[in-house]
Amino acid sequence: MQFWQIQTLNSFALGGLLFLLSSGFALIFGLMRIANLTHGALFMLGAYAAVSAMRAGFGLALAAVIAALSVAVVGGLIERLVLRRLSGNAQGQVLATLGLSFIASDFCLIVWGGDTIPIQTPAMFQAPLRFMGLIFPTYRLVVVGIAVVVGMVLYLLMERTRLGAMIRAGVDDMQMARAVGIRASALFTTVFCLGALLAGLGGAVGGPIFSAYPGLDSDMLSLALIVVILGGIGSLVGTFVASFIIGFIYTFGTALLPDLAYVILFLPMVIVIAFRPTGLFGTIRT
Amino acid sequence: MATDTSALVLESVHAYYGHSHVLHGVSLRLDEGRLLALLGRNGAGKTTTIMCIAGLLQAREGSIRMFGRALGRLAPEFIARAGVRLVPQGRRIFPSLTVQENLAVAEQKRAGGSPWSFARVYELFPRLRERHRQGAGSLSGGEQQMLAIGRALMGNPKVLLMDEPSEGLAPLIVAEVGRAIEQIKREGLSIILVEQNFKLALDLADDVVVINTGQVAFSGSADAVRAENELVTQHLGVF
Ligand SMILES: Nc1ncnc2c1ncn2[C@@H]1O[C@H](COP(=O)(O)OP(=O)(O)OP(=O)(O)O)[C@@H](O)[C@H]1O
Ligand SMILES: [Mg+2]
Repeated sequence: MQFWQIQTLNSFALGGLLFLLSSGFALIFGLMRIANLTHGALFMLGAYAAVSAMRAGFGLALAAVIAALSVAVVGGLIERLVLRRLSGNAQGQVLATLGLSFIASDFCLIVWGGDTIPIQTPAMFQAPLRFMGLIFPTYRLVVVGIAVVVGMVLYLLMERTRLGAMIRAGVDDMQMARAVGIRASALFTTVFCLGALLAGLGGAVGGPIFSAYPGLDSDMLSLALIVVILGGIGSLVGTFVASFIIGFIYTFGTALLPDLAYVILFLPMVIVIAFRPTGLFGTIRT
Repeated sequence: MATDTSALVLESVHAYYGHSHVLHGVSLRLDEGRLLALLGRNGAGKTTTIMCIAGLLQAREGSIRMFGRALGRLAPEFIARAGVRLVPQGRRIFPSLTVQENLAVAEQKRAGGSPWSFARVYELFPRLRERHRQGAGSLSGGEQQMLAIGRALMGNPKVLLMDEPSEGLAPLIVAEVGRAIEQIKREGLSIILVEQNFKLALDLADDVVVINTGQVAFSGSADAVRAENELVTQHLGVF
């Protein structure tokens, strides 16, 4: 009983973190048609930035804010200084983001070393919640809560604001969006910073669950790619649902059939690509 | 020529798609408050000319000026902000936005006065008001065309480019769109209208330019064309 209940909650927590990671990835791909392979590295940078902020004496909440903002700045610089020069060159952008993610992981190795660095769960969330005879790890619930709140804020941003409408217009038809006066350059930077901010936030918030370690970047990047393919590009709801589906498949897959974890993970993706190339909810073909 | 304040002046504009040379030195002049009909057969280069003005295609040679200001090297969003707005061929409304959002993203107020607003656009096309919360992708072809025109007007343009607004529409809707263009023109807007519908274009036009294989084949007043139909039909053939 305890096994199922804990794994279910773990699945939700992983799903929430995957949403923080993948929503930005999907947003950037939808608007700029760039598969941003630095996204895993941005998540990892978020985790390490939180480590440093906490060593400097901040609590996890403030450390997460600092991490998210610093990673947003890094994202903005990547977009302005590198991707901007490669606009229209999809292959160049993929290679550049891949190269940058290698640089980022080496940078982390030099600065934070090769050992796994645990991140403390805030004291107030360390005691498990007891409810109807069941025991829940409190921090997992907090992570799910954060993901749901971020999801709602993103939804309102996209559906209820002029900025959101401008982003959706750009996803529909970038050339026409520019012809109605939408500044592509400012929009790209904004969206890239937002995506990086969410990834950095995910890395920091996920810290007590994953810790910070070399290789966190590629672990997360492959999960983000699976989520985005499953959920479909250009659909926030699709990304949200797919994040939790993958959260469940991965958590239970590794717990029940550890040898087949990758088969279980990649199989749904292959099936989706074969039978529904736009993803479960998306409108743009990957 | 530096002091030329015509609404829009193109001087020997050359444009390419990759290696294929499509515009071979197009020159034309749109005077303020007038409507210029840009005519020509399929593939003559009308859309290419429009795309060059809007900055969606970079002219390789020649100059494009709006009220004396060179637009040549500006990115499309800055040409739009300078006051050139486009009703593109095929409408290209944003399907995942509502009607109202399509108008909102294009909204721009101008220091020199902003005659157009949501209210004015909805007054021009009451059907858009009825459907303002509806997804634009679910509109009929005629409604999408009205939205494309409304979206361009929301930018309070100084020069309006319309590329085949009657294409693929039922006759009744064509008449409605024609009336709207007439009303817009009465506001004193300077307009380039590309049309395959010869009659619609001639009813509205002050000036006529015909292009053929990327070159200007005829340029004159609409009155002259109306008086002597042969003049243009010999260049157009198809009508
Ligand atoms: N994207 C493109 N790539 C290559 N060639 C193109 C492209 N678009 C148009 N052309 C070619 O350029 C020429 C001019 O095309 P353009 O679209 O300007 O014609 P048009 O006068 O607008 O025709 P229509 O009345 O059919 O809209 C044509 O020969 C066309 O085949
Ligand atoms: Mg055309």
